[in-house]
Amino acid sequence: MKEENKTNNIQASPSAEEKEMALDDARRVKVLSPGMLVAKRFFRNKLAIIGLVILVVLFLFAFIGGLITPYSQTQVFKGMDMIQKDYAAAVYNSELRYTMKEGETLSGSAKSQIALATSKGNDTFEADGAGYTLIPIGEDSYQITKLDAICTVLTSSKAMQVKEGETISDGLKSAINAALDAGQSQFSYGGVDYEVRMTGKKAEICKSVTLGIASKLVIDAYSADSEALVNSYDFRLECEKAYHNNKTSFTVDGEKYTLETDEDGDAIVYDAAGEAFAAASHIIVNPNGQGINLSIEFKMAARDAVEARTSSFTVPDASGSEVEYKMNVVNSNFYFTTMGSSELIRRFEAPSSSHWLGLDSNGMDVLTRLMYGGRISLLVGFVVVFVELFIGIIVGGVAGYFGKIVDNVLMRVVDLFNSIPFYPMAMIVGAVMDSLDISSTARIFALMFVLAVLGWTNVARTVRGQILSLREQEFMMATEATGIPVKRRIFRHLIPNVMPLLIVQATMNLGSIIITEATLSFLGLGLKYPLASWGSIINAANDIQVMTSYWYIWMPPGLLILLAVLGFNFVGDGLRDAFDPKMKR
Amino acid sequence: MGKYIIKRILIGIVIVISGALVAYAVIRCLPTSFIENLARQRASNPTSSKTYQEWVTQLTSVYGLDKGILAGFVGWLGDAVRGDFGESWEYGVPVVLKFKQVIGYTIILNVITLFVELLISIPLGIIAAKNQYKKSDYAITVFALMGISLPTFFLAILLKYVFCVKLGWFDMYGVTGRYYNQLDTIGKMLDIGHHLVLPVITLTMLSIGGLMRYTRTNMLEVLNADYIRTARAKGLPEKKVINKHAFRNTLIPLVSYMSYLIPSMFTGSLITETVYQIPGIGYISYLATTKGDIPFAMFYLTFTLILTQVSLLLADIMYAVVDPRVRIN
Repeated sequence: MKEENKTNNIQASPSAEEKEMALDDARRVKVLSPGMLVAKRFFRNKLAIIGLVILVVLFLFAFIGGLITPYSQTQVFKGMDMIQKDYAAAVYNSELRYTMKEGETLSGSAKSQIALATSKGNDTFEADGAGYTLIPIGEDSYQITKLDAICTVLTSSKAMQVKEGETISDGLKSAINAALDAGQSQFSYGGVDYEVRMTGKKAEICKSVTLGIASKLVIDAYSADSEALVNSYDFRLECEKAYHNNKTSFTVDGEKYTLETDEDGDAIVYDAAGEAFAAASHIIVNPNGQGINLSIEFKMAARDAVEARTSSFTVPDASGSEVEYKMNVVNSNFYFTTMGSSELIRRFEAPSSSHWLGLDSNGMDVLTRLMYGGRISLLVGFVVVFVELFIGIIVGGVAGYFGKIVDNVLMRVVDLFNSIPFYPMAMIVGAVMDSLDISSTARIFALMFVLAVLGWTNVARTVRGQILSLREQEFMMATEATGIPVKRRIFRHLIPNVMPLLIVQATMNLGSIIITEATLSFLGLGLKYPLASWGSIINAANDIQVMTSYWYIWMPPGLLILLAVLGFNFVGDGLRDAFDPKMKR
Repeated sequence: MGKYIIKRILIGIVIVISGALVAYAVIRCLPTSFIENLARQRASNPTSSKTYQEWVTQLTSVYGLDKGILAGFVGWLGDAVRGDFGESWEYGVPVVLKFKQVIGYTIILNVITLFVELLISIPLGIIAAKNQYKKSDYAITVFALMGISLPTFFLAILLKYVFCVKLGWFDMYGVTGRYYNQLDTIGKMLDIGHHLVLPVITLTMLSIGGLMRYTRTNMLEVLNADYIRTARAKGLPEKKVINKHAFRNTLIPLVSYMSYLIPSMFTGSLITETVYQIPGIGYISYLATTKGDIPFAMFYLTFTLILTQVSLLLADIMYAVVDPRVRIN
């Protein structure tokens, strides 16, 4: 057909002029090459030019756009937003809290025994072989004393058996005897309290040691500096004594404190200077979340709110501005929330000047992902078409040139690959890839491989068909006569003649491969997050909420696919017309 | 002719078997987690007398997973030839039974689509050919290219967005409405029909382009033939020339084109069925295959393989029947 084009062109020039021209006349030499003729015809086709423009724009969009865009394809956009955040939680204290004297400890079993004893109303209990006594200070508040046995005395003979490591002075001995005679169960000697525990005829003399306080009262310090003092045994003891006995003042370490109790049972302790020093209550208020420090003012306000069951209250914060807190009641727990700023992923944000197509479900810029997705969609198309051409030309060329058995066998192979249904096979491969947990990059290659392996047969058929007819032409007989090797004959003389048709077919194929890749990605069989292709971006529309409410996420990639495929089809059509003007579209 | 058909059938059988073998080899790459799940389910059933391990062994041998790929395939093939494709793992019923339940929807959907497609694309193709290089021709060509260039799923979503979400004319999913069971027979048919409108439109929009271009090309070829010139020279009305002399001769390639449509009728509606969630063979196999249901996937693949071979054979035979000049050797 190329020969024909040339002759047409020469015939077109008027023969009269031709005679006057010299053989090397520039006008005479200036005959358009076949390639130029094709190009000329192609550029005359309006539809093809439209297609070409579309493709150029799309390529610029995908490959240059990705460089220009200020965002990366996996950049997640977050924003601060005001939301009701958990702030604190409060509950009526039902557990005993322990304040131990310095150096004293209480074992876990002793603590559980205390809980048992207080619930039963007992004031003595035993744990780990030792006896304990609870001395009530007030309601749900006890002083814990441990009884350390120092000796046993037989009541009849007064014979004394001293525990190992203990020494008993004479004075103490006489005090013990005196107590036993008088039948006392408690006595003091030398500022230490002793207790007598009778078991049958034996009396056990125990030294009574105060360990600490078990109380349900919660005492919070107003400032961090005073926390150690407030949590100390001495302070606590005096404070609790004053609290439970409705006294208005108490003294610790020579300092005088005054106590002010309101009708709810909450008390505020003021120091000598009249400053608020500590607060006592039966309600525990704890921060609900990390990095929250509750001020005592908040705690007191929260307690008031809990007692009054108000749903909201305000407390001034550190800078003095009023902050509103809301209270929710869940069973016996009280939760406080406040408006706080929080970092949130900006999901499904509508298009704006900084994100022209909005943000997707992961808070990523849709436009940027479209650009990067375009790269993959277009690249997949080109790679697959290239591989298809490579396999197809070799198989088709060999089959067409040699014919007979070679042709028969190769064509059966082509039939086999051609008959394997694409989508069922792709679904199987997709399922296998899913179950083997293949990385998203490896999936692209697997995808391209499957597309190429199941798609090369058309190329092979076209090449074979063309070669079968070209083989019989005179120029092939000439190559045979001149003794050109077979390889050269196929690839230098036959294939170039098939090329125009192949280029047309490849261009059209590009479009259909882009559709197929998009479809597979849409079905979740192709590309996976975090990589994107146009198809996998539309995949979001599988979510009914995205489809109905966020058209700006799935509509643009669909239009891009449509444009790309239209572009390839227009160009393919134009090329076909340009290569072979006889062939009517 | 008879000899050719027999040869064709034999080759077809070889291709079907090799195609199934390729699929089987790929599908065996799946991990056997499904077997383990199934075994765990059955072992925890109070009426089961076997332990988990016994169930695993039994199920593995039933599905031939303990043998190599080739031996396993021969076992599968032996059962398949006798029509036993095993029990679907996903649906828990024999594969063939499930197929019979769902194939109806696919056939209804595709037959309606085919009629609509023929009614629209052949007249359009003829109009385009008659007015070659005129405005109507360009318009029809661009329209057809648009149809070809639209990805099925995108068109389906677009239609759903416009007609279901914005206009609320149709349900988004499924083939029956909420009150299906309370309707009488006619009501039920209308309900299904109502649900099939959008899928049919989707499938038609996409397939019109190909058939229309094919009609146009063939019509153009026929219109350039000598006998058309003769008919015109005789002074026949243009209508008669087109409808009787030209169109009848384009039927030959059209008939062969149609037989190629048969396999795509069953596999081509896969995406449409999936997007609209119509329980036809496409959607059902999509669900089964993506979950690693080996028996169902193998069945669906073999089914389409056989269908393709049958359609190729049919195309050859039809060609010979329609055009007495064709004598295959």
